[in-house]
Amino acid sequence: MSPNRDDDRPSPDALLREAAKERRGRLKVFLGAAPGVGKTFEMLLDGRERQKAGTDVAIGIVETHGRAETDALLDGYEIVPRREVDHEGRTLSEMDLDAIIERRPQLVLVDELAHTNAPGSRHPKRYQDVEELLAAGIHVYSTINVQHLESLNDVVASFTKVRVRETVPDGVLDNAEIEMVDIPPDELIERLKEGKVYVPHEATRALGHFFSKSNLSALRELALRRAAQAVDAQMLEHLRAHALAGPWAAGERVVVAVSELPGSEGLVRAAKRLSDALRAPWTAVFIETPRAAAFGDAERQQVAAVLQLAAQLGAHVASVPATNVIEGLKNYTVEARATQIVVGKSARSRWFELRHGSVVDALVRETPGVAVHVLPLAERPERPRLKGGTAAARGGWGSPAGYVLSMVMVAAVTGLGISLYALGSLANLALLYLIPVMAAATFYGLRTGIFAGLLSSLAYNFFFLPPLHTFTINDPSNIVTALMLLAVAAVTSQLAARVRLQADLAQRSAGQNAALAGFARQLTGLIDAEALGRTLCGEAARLLGVDTIFLLPGAKELEPAAAFPPESRLDIIDRTAAGWAYDHCQPAGRGSETLTASDWLFQPLMVGEKALAVFGVARELEDPVRSDQLPLLLSLIDQAALALERISLETEMAKVSQLKERDRLRAALLSSVSHDLRTPLTTILGSIAELRRSKGTDKALVASIESEAQRLNRFVANLLDMARVESGALKLALEPVDLTEAVTAAAHDLKQALAGHPVRLDVPPDLPLVRLDPQLFHHCLINLLDNAGKYAAPETPILVETRRRPDGLTLSVIDAGAALPPGEEMRVFETFARLEGSDRSGGTGLGLAIVKGFAEAMGASVSAAGRSDPTGACFSLHFPEELLVRGSEAE
Amino acid sequence: MSPLAPRILIVDDEAPIRRLIRTALERGGYRVVEAANAREALNAIDIDRPEVVLLDLGLPDRDGIEIIPQLKKAGPALVVVSARDATEAKVAALDLGADDYVTKPFDTEEVLARIRVVLRHRLSAQAEAPVVTVGAVEIDLDARMVRKGGEEVHLTPREYGFVAELARHPGRVLTHAHLLRAIWGPGHEGDVEYLRVAARAVRQKLEADPSAPVLIRNEPGVGYRLMGA
Repeated sequence: MSPNRDDDRPSPDALLREAAKERRGRLKVFLGAAPGVGKTFEMLLDGRERQKAGTDVAIGIVETHGRAETDALLDGYEIVPRREVDHEGRTLSEMDLDAIIERRPQLVLVDELAHTNAPGSRHPKRYQDVEELLAAGIHVYSTINVQHLESLNDVVASFTKVRVRETVPDGVLDNAEIEMVDIPPDELIERLKEGKVYVPHEATRALGHFFSKSNLSALRELALRRAAQAVDAQMLEHLRAHALAGPWAAGERVVVAVSELPGSEGLVRAAKRLSDALRAPWTAVFIETPRAAAFGDAERQQVAAVLQLAAQLGAHVASVPATNVIEGLKNYTVEARATQIVVGKSARSRWFELRHGSVVDALVRETPGVAVHVLPLAERPERPRLKGGTAAARGGWGSPAGYVLSMVMVAAVTGLGISLYALGSLANLALLYLIPVMAAATFYGLRTGIFAGLLSSLAYNFFFLPPLHTFTINDPSNIVTALMLLAVAAVTSQLAARVRLQADLAQRSAGQNAALAGFARQLTGLIDAEALGRTLCGEAARLLGVDTIFLLPGAKELEPAAAFPPESRLDIIDRTAAGWAYDHCQPAGRGSETLTASDWLFQPLMVGEKALAVFGVARELEDPVRSDQLPLLLSLIDQAALALERISLETEMAKVSQLKERDRLRAALLSSVSHDLRTPLTTILGSIAELRRSKGTDKALVASIESEAQRLNRFVANLLDMARVESGALKLALEPVDLTEAVTAAAHDLKQALAGHPVRLDVPPDLPLVRLDPQLFHHCLINLLDNAGKYAAPETPILVETRRRPDGLTLSVIDAGAALPPGEEMRVFETFARLEGSDRSGGTGLGLAIVKGFAEAMGASVSAAGRSDPTGACFSLHFPEELLVRGSEAE
Repeated sequence: MSPLAPRILIVDDEAPIRRLIRTALERGGYRVVEAANAREALNAIDIDRPEVVLLDLGLPDRDGIEIIPQLKKAGPALVVVSARDATEAKVAALDLGADDYVTKPFDTEEVLARIRVVLRHRLSAQAEAPVVTVGAVEIDLDARMVRKGGEEVHLTPREYGFVAELARHPGRVLTHAHLLRAIWGPGHEGDVEYLRVAARAVRQKLEADPSAPVLIRNEPGVGYRLMGA
């Protein structure tokens, strides 16, 4: 089509062209595993959809290879003629790039992105042509098989033994939308056998091999993975922008080790940057060594804050028990399949210069294939070193029972020694004292062990070393023996304490895991949010020893749906904090950074970037969550959020399918009733018409049968329309409607009923088009004209008037006839309205109700008014400004 | 009844309706074949070779919409006669190749008139009439010119395209999508407002009374039809 050059006004085409110039076109690529999967077919279908949606689509080049189904789809497309190229006596036809740019469609379909152009073309490769089209602001749809992707070329060649020469750099697809066109290998092989797959000549040799099922499966997997990668990349963009944890592609994984040291926040932020750069998921892990069990409140809070920060930045957080940092990190790295570890380093940090040497060296050695990033930590403030090492974890001085038992054991050993002493083996007696020392150290910790050691050496000295019954030691070797007893006490208690702590931690971790697993199991059976809330509250209260409350969005604000203990109440500050957590999708309340005056800590249950509910925890006079509990709490909440999402999706689905079923039934019922009522009416009306023509019938009688049958017909039509209005099953198909056209079409359909009442149109010529459902509007007009015709005085015209108003457009149908009783104007629109004492009481009482129902469904409103000189009525439809089609009145 | 009279196939599952249409058609001098369902219709199309098919959409064995392409393949003109009055059904039938659409209940005279239009169009399909006359308006397709009362009327190319496309199929309803594709080219099938504006301009220029148009009839939600040719 040549553009219309007659008008001086910019045509819509020109405007579109202008708009298109300002931006780059978008590329959509239909990716297939092998030839024959139907990429071109899909592309043409998709293009057809766009075309239907009003997009200007043209075909740049499409190879159908004579496939009939694909050929059939070309129908209705404008095809830009190809360019003929002479090459060594042969004529080749190529896509005409310049002609497409000249034609400038909004969307152009270009088959086979990997194609190599004939020599002498502007670009050697077709994807370069496509680049130019995109740069010109034209959207492009194209197709490619996975083996044509440069990065996959080698992989494909390695197992198919077929190397394709035409490749496309992967970067071309980076910004493209990718649609995977996929059929199962068996079906493809079937299609190949049926000759439905076009294979170029050079490939026929390798055909049997290439299209083997194993090859096709492998190609399919490659293609699916490539498509998934593209989707992932696009989703990651979104997730990263919102710092959300989400489903991530396998690949890089970052782990950052956090500690109680103040520089840890910096580490977390660095890890976030690294994971962003790598587009990788990341985890902040705290290694719970025995030493960590001895932390005071300040350290615990520090760790909790760091983990919280990491969670906010989109990290997964974990707390892993282990004997030392290296081992814990190593194990976790393997478990999480991390590829990057971020650790901190400070000059005097216990973390990184432990007795066993440098953590960094050990990590590098022990985790081959993992990149270790070492970042400086901020200098930490001096903090008094906890005395007593790990044994302090046992609660300082240990229980008094240990000391009593130590004394008893030492006394017993002494008693035993005295009886053995008679046998005369002094050296072995010292060994005997190891028993109480080891027992005390193992079961009661270091201090009790040292107490037992001191007691033992004193008893040994007093009862057995010469001079007997004094604390004097003559022989220096006996001093060594006494000291040995103390040393054994120290070492044993260290070892024992560590084993015990490790066991404790492992037990707690196993307990937490079991609790989480149990919780997950409980959640799977739940079908409503309240039950989920009760389960979450109960479990969290049991596992963390806190008060809990679960809030769901109500009509106005969050409403408590469950709590433990059930009588928990929130005051105004708590409710504000809960609301804040819900609105901002961030924790609020005590222990967070917001609204800390609340006694509760509220955590939102997140799905995607939306909070579905809020969960609150509180502990009497304390911070609600200790650092070692935070990962467990977050895990519980994560699981609950997933379950809540599942529940809400299920509810939604049930609702949708219910609605669909109802709509389907309604439509089926209406269409069957309409069919059943109309069929006999058709026969009756048709037969009357035939009867009218035959001789010897009573014309008056036939005429009255006909007019009554017509009335019945209109009544049936109205009943069906009313049923559609009242069932709410109106489906709108809006399009710009010319009011003049619509009125004349309605008047034409009502010719017979309006006999004697000419319809006069008073419409300004520059009236804008109105966006309406043409069919519903037609029925509205028919009813309004029919109503006017019914009450108009004989031989009076019906006036249809439209007026532009500041707030829209009004169409009025005005008759001169029976008056409308004042004060009851709007009642005429009620179903089966019969106005008392009015002449306007005939008819079915449905017509105007339908007008109102249809008009309101389309966004218009109705009104009625009486008139006095001459008497009559005026029924108006008012179309608000937003229904008018902008710019159309200028024509 | 002449053996050369056009043969018409009535496809409808309701016997009374078939009888009614048969009566009217025979009065109009046509030969009539009947089919009560899709299977019979597809058989009859091969055996009886009708010139026109009157097709009901609510058939017991298949949806009538589905068999339109198969029926059309044998070459008859096809008029849908159905109780379905939703515009989507009409547009779908026309897009699939139906030549016209009559909703039940219908006036038998109207059915006869539609049959005359599609038959005439079939005859003239090979040799398109160079000049189409509607009332006082002459549309000269060869000279690309429109005259009203003998005087040339100036139309823009789009307006002329609209009138000419209707004149090439006088009496038949052309869907919005058809007209938009023919005049504005592919990709504009959804731009109904272009069509409304052109139709309004053409009416202003050609109709004796633009507020009571008789030449170009609007079928709400479906398309336009050139009347009285």
